[in-house]
Amino acid sequence: MIPLSQYLILAALIFAIGVVGIFLNRKNLIILLMSIELLLLAVNINFVAFSHYLSDTAGQIFVFFILTVAAAEAAIGLAILIVLFRSRSTINVEELDSLKG
Amino acid sequence: MTFFEIAFYFFSAVLVIAATMVVTIRNPVKSALFLVLAFFSAACVWITLEAEFLAIVLVLVYVGAVMVLFLFVVMMLDIDLAEMRAGFTRYLPIGGIIAALLVAEIALVMHQSFLPADYLNPTPQGVEYSNTRELGEQIYTHYVYAFEIAAFILLVAIIAAIALTMRRRPNNKYINPGEQVKVKREDRLRIVKMPSDKPIDLSPVESPSSNEETS
Repeated sequence: MIPLSQYLILAALIFAIGVVGIFLNRKNLIILLMSIELLLLAVNINFVAFSHYLSDTAGQIFVFFILTVAAAEAAIGLAILIVLFRSRSTINVEELDSLKG
Repeated sequence: MTFFEIAFYFFSAVLVIAATMVVTIRNPVKSALFLVLAFFSAACVWITLEAEFLAIVLVLVYVGAVMVLFLFVVMMLDIDLAEMRAGFTRYLPIGGIIAALLVAEIALVMHQSFLPADYLNPTPQGVEYSNTRELGEQIYTHYVYAFEIAAFILLVAIIAAIALTMRRRPNNKYINPGEQVKVKREDRLRIVKMPSDKPIDLSPVESPSSNEETS
């Protein structure tokens, strides 16, 4: 039987890879969105693992709702990306400085 | 090593490698395809955790809808890849350090086994157990308000995505359905009075070439 810690370390690895992806691809907005999907996947692995080892389905139901919200987030994020590309013809994060932030 | 453990370690290795390729590969299309591979492997890992319904949902929703959306957008946009890669090696050391710290910290905590021992050996469910049925019973009773809110979030997402990306071109041919429905007969139809008793001349017109042949 695989101990719970193996699943949690796997999720930690995926989460760390997602964080590194945000560091490495800080100019490409599409890869940034994909890194966010990786972070969400890591969190979902944690939820499912705890749900199984604690014999409680609440964790899986939470994953269900996270998937819903993540799908909505991806759809709206990509729509904003397309509008941005139409008006500025770039998706480079460093050139998106109209708000002087 | 049982078959179960071999399956878990194999799918975990594929998942980690695919996730690494997502963030390091140069081409965004290949990156999206590696993310598809990562989601598939994650679904297989979830099946080892007896979460069959969520594994299928992950494949259907993520691979079938979200990643196809990503691929569409990547192929629609015309982006300069070389410029996007600038600063990649500059941020590699600090990114690597932070990732190693994250994994080391979590692994340290996990090896202390903070859970009671009986949690670490869950009893496997029997053959008659249905994960989908169990989740459905929970969602439609205890979590029905959350379920309705989730449906509403999806509706808002649909409307927002369409409202953001829809645009009116000034020169496209657009029909106003309201005006089309309101139209009267007098607006479109014009009756012209013609005399009906005038004879029509049906004799054939003689062409000059036929005249030459007969003469």
